[in-house]
Amino acid sequence: MAVQPDLLEDSPAVAGRSLWQDAWARLRRNRAAVASMIVLAALALVGIFGPAVWPHAYNQVYPKFVRVPASLEAYPGTDSILPGFEGLLQRTRLEHGEPVLDGGEVSVTLTSDTPIDPRILRYFERSDLFAKPRLELADDGLSGTLTADVERLHFYFGTDAIGRDLVARIMIGVRISLAIGILASIMALLLGVTYGAVSGYLGGRVDDVMMRIVDILYSLPFIFFVILMVVFFGRSLIIIFIAIGATEWLDMARIVRGQTLSLKRQEFVQAAEALGATKSGILVRHIVPNTLGPVVVFVTLLVPKAILLESLLSFLGLGVQDPLTSLGLLISEGAANMRGAIWLLVWPALTLTLILFALNFLGDGLRDSLDPKDR
Amino acid sequence: MLTYTLRRLASAVPTVFIIITLTFFMIRLAPGGPFDLERPLDPLIMANLNKAYNLDAPLWSQYLTYLGNLLRGDLGPSFTRRDFSVNELFAVGMPVSILLGGLALLTAVALGTLLGAWAALRQNSGVDYAVVGLATFGITTPTFVVAPLLSLTFGVVLGILPAGGWSNANPAYWVLPIVTLALPQVAVIARLVRGATIEALRSNHVRTARAYGLPTRIVVGVHALRAAMLPAVSYLGPTAAGLLTGSVVVETIFGIPGIGRYFVQGALGRDYTLVMGTVVVIALFIIAFNLLVDLAYAWLDPRVRFD
Repeated sequence: MAVQPDLLEDSPAVAGRSLWQDAWARLRRNRAAVASMIVLAALALVGIFGPAVWPHAYNQVYPKFVRVPASLEAYPGTDSILPGFEGLLQRTRLEHGEPVLDGGEVSVTLTSDTPIDPRILRYFERSDLFAKPRLELADDGLSGTLTADVERLHFYFGTDAIGRDLVARIMIGVRISLAIGILASIMALLLGVTYGAVSGYLGGRVDDVMMRIVDILYSLPFIFFVILMVVFFGRSLIIIFIAIGATEWLDMARIVRGQTLSLKRQEFVQAAEALGATKSGILVRHIVPNTLGPVVVFVTLLVPKAILLESLLSFLGLGVQDPLTSLGLLISEGAANMRGAIWLLVWPALTLTLILFALNFLGDGLRDSLDPKDR
Repeated sequence: MLTYTLRRLASAVPTVFIIITLTFFMIRLAPGGPFDLERPLDPLIMANLNKAYNLDAPLWSQYLTYLGNLLRGDLGPSFTRRDFSVNELFAVGMPVSILLGGLALLTAVALGTLLGAWAALRQNSGVDYAVVGLATFGITTPTFVVAPLLSLTFGVVLGILPAGGWSNANPAYWVLPIVTLALPQVAVIARLVRGATIEALRSNHVRTARAYGLPTRIVVGVHALRAAMLPAVSYLGPTAAGLLTGSVVVETIFGIPGIGRYFVQGALGRDYTLVMGTVVVIALFIIAFNLLVDLAYAWLDPRVRFD
């Protein structure tokens, strides 16, 4: 036996590569998938942290700025500051001079026969246009100078029909939509993998009955379930994602069952059975981990589906409730307001399409990398 | 084939029965009723109403009555649209939904197959990328985004088509709803056909056909496409049923009097008979189309045998 021992010893140990490492390497070469991952990560960050750092709250109403168009300029426009200021001055019923706009400040001199009541500042405090009004009175209290900062607000995507900032609302919408997509998919994953693996592994009559149930559930319209669940348990986020998860596990159960049927005849499962492993042990240790490849691919395609379903529900008025919002609800409001306020439809629709595009490309990329023979 | 069809139909009976039973008890167990108003009705009136609609009988006897009527083809009176029976509502709405869904389905199959086959024949060319891009767009853009945008563009801005509404006589009203309904299906079918055609073009029977010297037209049209239609056909089963029974979104946005919206309206208004009727119709459509798909499969693929 002419083995060359020194050659074997000298050669460096070859690091083994698991299926997942291979898949990751292939996925990294897929530019569309990588770009999708970056986009999704960015959107997830926006959804998680955006509402906390954005200057407008998603439920803050600006009665002065209803349905203002999307713009990079600040509101109020320069030409509407002084008229707004004079309108407020009239309500004070005081003699006043010409207001002067200087940078971010407006000031005016006031005179009166009776002492000026500092409570007039409240008119300016309550306005959306101005902040921090200050009154400097002369000693006799009959004249003084009123100064107020101009509140400059940016509505980059415009405001909605009751004057809420659209950027803030889209951020909340992204948060809700992504959360529902992911949670509903996890729910469908747990239900479908358990059900499919048990059905496929036990086989025989149990399998027949379990798959018959799936067939029957298939023929029931999805919206029916959701409406019933919403009616029974009230409208809440948790019910929506449970309802979506509970209807989307059927495909998953079929896929996992099919995988299990072929896996359970393979030698490593027979070996485990011969060694006396319990049925549940074989399922958890040997069957389920081996079905994960197709399952992972299916989950990435399930997330956009769940997001679409949630949007559909919100569109029909069965989803999340105002002031909370989701992308579907924003689109439905936008569609109602599209004549004259097209931006209300365009921005949420673009955001939703971006998410769905990214998830689809990522799903395709994952399928290519986990199942290279299918390319 | 006849015995196969009959056996399939017979095996569908218990499925339909279970669906009807499930739906009946689920909607009945839901809180609220069809006559609940903001201001509660006088108890006497309520009792009379319940009596008139046979709602005061025990649930099991109502269930048996409903099954009996259903066997005779009577879907019962609608609870929220007084003076109309569910049969009458469906008689008006069904032709609209079927016309719309049928035309959308035809468009989707014709256009999807054409685009898919074209892309497959010119794989990795500009045409291919354009079709794949269009398909991705069609799959990812939801109907309720496409519908208002189409309505705004063609109905309001350009003003060449009606922005909404319905007319049985004027096909101009049909265009936008059909495009909206067909777009996602065109996308899916094009993708399926493209993938399957690429595979079929490399298969043995196509190579044999080429070796016989048959013209490309015949090779692709008869031999390759026949095999390439299989995945699209099996996708079409449930999809066709969904299209023909109406789409809630499209009917809501364009204001079309089909039966798609009855389901949501009925469930929200606890219109028991309307919900039951919709579920029965949808279930029957799904079962019928699954059967049709299996028959079409055997026709397309001689390897499939009924057993």
